[in-house]
Amino acid sequence: MIPEIGHFALILALFVALALGTLGVIGGQQGRADWMALARPGAQALWLLAVISFGCLTYAFFTNDFSVSYVAQHSNTKLPDIYRIAGVWGGHEGSLLLWFLMLCTWMMAVSLFSQQLPDVMVSRVLAVLALVAVGFLLFMLITSNPFLRLSEIPAEGRDLNPLLQDPGLVFHPPMLYMGYVGMAVPFAFSIAALLNGRLDAAWARWTRPWATAAWICLTIGIAMGSWWAYYELGWGGWWFWDPVENASFLPWLVGSALIHSLAVTEKRGLFRSWTIMLSIIGFSLSLLGTFLVRSGVLTSVHAFATDPKRGVFILLFLAAVVGGSLTLFAARSGKVRSGGAFALVSRETFLLINNVLLTTAAAAVLLGTLYPLIVDALNLGKLSVGPPYFNAVFAPIMLPVLFFMVVGSFARWKNDSVAELSKKLGPVAAVSVLLGCSAPFLAGPWSWLVALSLSLVFWIVLTSLQHIYRQLKNTTNWKVIPLAYWGMHMAHIGIAICVVGITMVKAYENEKDVRMAIGDTVEVAGYTFRLTNISEVPGPNYTADRGIVELSKDGKVLRTLEPEKRTYFSSSMPMTETAIDSKLTRDVYVALGERLTDSSTPAWAMRVYYKPFVTWIWGGCLLMALGGALAALDRRYRRKAVATVPTHAKGVAV
Amino acid sequence: MKPRHKRAAIIIGALAALGIAAYFVLNAFQSNLVFFFSPTQVAAGEAPKNRTFRIGGLVKEGSVKRDNLTVSFVVTDTSKDVPTTYTGILPDLFKEGKGVVAQGKFDADGKFVATEVLAKHDENYMPPEAKAALDQAQIQKTIKSLK
Repeated sequence: MIPEIGHFALILALFVALALGTLGVIGGQQGRADWMALARPGAQALWLLAVISFGCLTYAFFTNDFSVSYVAQHSNTKLPDIYRIAGVWGGHEGSLLLWFLMLCTWMMAVSLFSQQLPDVMVSRVLAVLALVAVGFLLFMLITSNPFLRLSEIPAEGRDLNPLLQDPGLVFHPPMLYMGYVGMAVPFAFSIAALLNGRLDAAWARWTRPWATAAWICLTIGIAMGSWWAYYELGWGGWWFWDPVENASFLPWLVGSALIHSLAVTEKRGLFRSWTIMLSIIGFSLSLLGTFLVRSGVLTSVHAFATDPKRGVFILLFLAAVVGGSLTLFAARSGKVRSGGAFALVSRETFLLINNVLLTTAAAAVLLGTLYPLIVDALNLGKLSVGPPYFNAVFAPIMLPVLFFMVVGSFARWKNDSVAELSKKLGPVAAVSVLLGCSAPFLAGPWSWLVALSLSLVFWIVLTSLQHIYRQLKNTTNWKVIPLAYWGMHMAHIGIAICVVGITMVKAYENEKDVRMAIGDTVEVAGYTFRLTNISEVPGPNYTADRGIVELSKDGKVLRTLEPEKRTYFSSSMPMTETAIDSKLTRDVYVALGERLTDSSTPAWAMRVYYKPFVTWIWGGCLLMALGGALAALDRRYRRKAVATVPTHAKGVAV
Repeated sequence: MKPRHKRAAIIIGALAALGIAAYFVLNAFQSNLVFFFSPTQVAAGEAPKNRTFRIGGLVKEGSVKRDNLTVSFVVTDTSKDVPTTYTGILPDLFKEGKGVVAQGKFDADGKFVATEVLAKHDENYMPPEAKAALDQAQIQKTIKSLK
């Protein structure tokens, strides 16, 4: 009964979304206030239906209702409670339902926090989002219904993939989906503006907090995924340039460009077409990501099942969204042409440069991600593009981004001079280069790449602090400094911290694969690891070989690490559980490999790592997200007054 | 500068940046493409001699031998075999009779030395590359039996 209610709620949601979409668009075009007034309650009803549907599936998981095919495939009576709830999105169908729920949650948020928006805008935005929802509802109902029943009810479920049985599953997918789907909101605002034929500073101010919110979720989602892969997969890597990772990184890159381009559109009324274009590309890349992940064209932890029908559907949907919005853009872009001029040396220029660089980086990543798929689809052979490609391409594009980020946040809008900028930034730059070039000597062998990126890092942090110091000195009451100002500097410092992590890990990490019998020791980067014991330990739905490894440095025992090798009952699939000793400036990481049975003494393959500053990568991301949150909460977004003239900032807020 | 000149300067600057980026990208792209060969193709001598490539298929039953951390095994598409060695820790799901994709090079003796053995993430999931190799071999066999 309960699964049928969930199924029915989905069907009902399809009709509500269809009505909301068509009435909103037509009502907006014909100026029918009564139809437009339906937008908010319609969106809220849709959200309620999504919650009901999602709740029903969760209930089916929680009560081990194996008559539901999806539950039977992804759950098990021995599964711990928390994974029986998180397991809802542990497979293809359920994760689509989560996608839909997230979309409805964004719609709900738009309907609640849009008091200052004109009704026609709200109804158009919600209508576009509802049409996106229609696409996903059709997709679910036609190809991937999570509520399908089995005629023969199995006594036991097949269990959740052991890789997914980790707290990471509870947080990473919802957060990332929130970000993916969140890109639909700026997209909907852009489409609404194109339908409106008006794109002014007020529009940009309405859109900015939403774009930033989506970007925050993406940032956290990606960082969590990276951290999860780092400790769960047992390979010690935190980023593999895996197509699925790239799929989430692409909207992030474009989203980063978008939030900055929106700043220019809001403050100066420029780059309008570019902003619209970025929001369309951003959402299209989110959909592309969904296609890559959900169609089974990829070998990945995220690829659940292969069903060509699904891939074709998403591809058609993607074509409709991209084709439709680009056609609308072509038809209407004449009306949104940017006005205004700015000098070559101005904040606008530097933001533009970074926008171009970020999109170039996205294009390069896209090429490496899609090329193998296209070649394969055309039957020209099978190939892959390795991580060296991405590393070789990405660093040279991103280093200038860091440089212009500093210059851009110091330059004035409209017009500035090189002389003045170098007067402000020069002394700090000299100090930064000095620090950046000497810091590597403390860490290990000197390399110019490490020196260069650390110099940039020092420059970013020191100039931000310098800027904040001056700002505080010039204002009598620090409370009047807008939140967005703090947000910007916090996010930029976050990037610097992230870069420290990436640079240090890349340059100075150390790993060893060794064979260890009980009592053996191995030394990595000054740390000594001694395997003292290995014993069998029972778990709720697995048994594990647990190693006891004593970690010591300079003869002093620091702690014991307990890596495990688990075997799950339901699938007899082995799983590596790593043990990590995490400190501010380094991680020490042990993973237990397989038991080596070649000789008489029992021995295990072990992998030990020394990872300097690795946690800074995720710490930096967190700081970026916090900075984004401050920027999105700035009080000017909550003001009721609707100004149509671009407000010229006085060099403070971005 | 007149606005028109300024715009021209910006456009030229952007194009130059794009050009440089495109150069980097395509250069790196060229040298980092890793091609895939099935064991049948490897046996036919189609695989490159001095370049990294990928092979895929099944880990042949009874072929896995360990010598400390060096593992030797045979990758097969059921029609042809490629003897392979790998030093290090294998992914959790590496098993005899299961699908595998390995990346590496031929050594001086013409033996395939893998630097990376790719993990599957689900015991029921077959890497598409490995599956393609098996399918291809199956098709060849069927064609032969029909002749």
